[in-house]
Amino acid sequence: MSMVYDTEHPVPIPPIIWDNMGYWEGINRHELVFQRCKECGTWRHPPRPVCPKCRSFEKEWTPSTGKGAVYSWVTYQESPHPGFKAPYSVVLLEMEEGVRLVSNMVDIKPEEISIGMPVEVVFEDIAEGLTLPKFRKVG
Amino acid sequence: MYDQYLARRYRTTVRPRVEDYKIKDNVAIVGIGQTEFSKNSGRSECQMACEAIKAAVEDAGLNIEDIDGLVKYAMDYTDEMHIVSALGIPDLNYFGECGWGGGASCATILHAATAIASGAANYVVCYRAMNERSGARYGRAPGVEQIMIAPNDHYGYLMPFGLATPPSWVAMFATRYMYEFGATVEQLGWVSVVCREYACMNPKAMFYGRPITLQDYMESRMIVEPLRLYDCCLDTDGAVAVILTSAERAKALKQRPAYILGATQGIATQGEMMTSYYRPMISILPESWYAGQELWRVTGLSPKDVDVAQLYDAFTPLIPMQLEEYGFCGVGEGVAFCEGGDRIRLGGEIPCNTSGGHLSEAYIHGMNLIAEAVRQIRGTSTAQVEDAEISLVTGGLGVPTSAVLLRR
Repeated sequence: MSMVYDTEHPVPIPPIIWDNMGYWEGINRHELVFQRCKECGTWRHPPRPVCPKCRSFEKEWTPSTGKGAVYSWVTYQESPHPGFKAPYSVVLLEMEEGVRLVSNMVDIKPEEISIGMPVEVVFEDIAEGLTLPKFRKVG
Repeated sequence: MYDQYLARRYRTTVRPRVEDYKIKDNVAIVGIGQTEFSKNSGRSECQMACEAIKAAVEDAGLNIEDIDGLVKYAMDYTDEMHIVSALGIPDLNYFGECGWGGGASCATILHAATAIASGAANYVVCYRAMNERSGARYGRAPGVEQIMIAPNDHYGYLMPFGLATPPSWVAMFATRYMYEFGATVEQLGWVSVVCREYACMNPKAMFYGRPITLQDYMESRMIVEPLRLYDCCLDTDGAVAVILTSAERAKALKQRPAYILGATQGIATQGEMMTSYYRPMISILPESWYAGQELWRVTGLSPKDVDVAQLYDAFTPLIPMQLEEYGFCGVGEGVAFCEGGDRIRLGGEIPCNTSGGHLSEAYIHGMNLIAEAVRQIRGTSTAQVEDAEISLVTGGLGVPTSAVLLRR
């Protein structure tokens, strides 16, 4: 079971700005990339214009292994939006690079999700112009 | 800074000297006013703001013409120009607004107090007016009868995945908190039960006359697991206003002044609006910790000096988490602290949210909590802490936050 969208209703589209363009361009070509500081090597997400550790503006979009683990989760019993069919779960993931991101699991029931569960990225083309990184249980 | 944040050290070396803090004992809250709290006010937010301000002015024994300063919430849909015009305030020489939703509540007090202590204004009003139940409800997802939140780039990492409403944002912290500290929803339920007990003592509370048991809490419907209906605050139409002036002028006014010992704000690095999921730990609330550290520093007091607290309670987990961050108990101990309810009831170690709070009195974005903190100093609360001398109130959290410590 995965998160089900009703694309009759507009699904919220991520706003693209200068600072996050590379992230969403990566997602659109089915590649998970995160910002990495070219000076000190610190990974960061969400994207920002400058490294909060060494203050360098030099950064590059660096491929992730796509592997991580569930850090936290919630389950909507009632849908807050006509574009999302409840029940569905949202997970917070911690990737091998140390960064975290919010996503959904695919092919799993909400009650089977647990903290520490190892996951890997898959890509879902939701609608015209909207591709999202989703995650499936591994091992 | 980044590494220091990770070590959770408060950098007192970069703060002004305590002896230069001009607010302490020099400013007081001298008037409070409010409308009724309802599901449908049947009138404009501007009218309710004017009613609350007029009531606060009368409560203080002042005239509308005395007001020369105004500090509002950035999220309030009314504005100072129309308030001034509607009420016939002749002129204002000091006005501004504070950001971050309910995080602005005690921040408005800090900004007003700063103006008074520095001589920029004499009588400053702070208020919040909202048709939040009959109008745009904050619990709805953007685009669904909800206009609170402008799209920003960070919501692009949340909304398409369905993490679309405030209860879900707080639930993500709560799941992790319960995992790390072994807390249970049954323990959390006591927060809701105790706030309802206080509301049942307060005839102006929306849940007056409607007590709940822990079983009622457990049977309330799941909103976003692990949070149930009774973990979430009310939606309210209403307004609350307060008036501040100098301690010297306060002596000539009608009410016992609630003197300001300290008012502080806090932002911590790597934060996002109610979704600061990217920090080393998400089971703690660094903004609240910083606002608290600064409050104890400028006042020279500690949690054990506090007689009563109004802790911003948009959702139940936020009360135990603040008990930890403001130092009433250790990290990870807050939910257990609330179990059974006795330690936050009257006669307990720290009575919390004695009007019923946002969970059971009304949700006026923190301003009703400030009014209750003042009533505790005056001795006029419906759940009065005997001989209360030191009264704490905190602002909205999980966002840039604020706090105020009052004394008799």
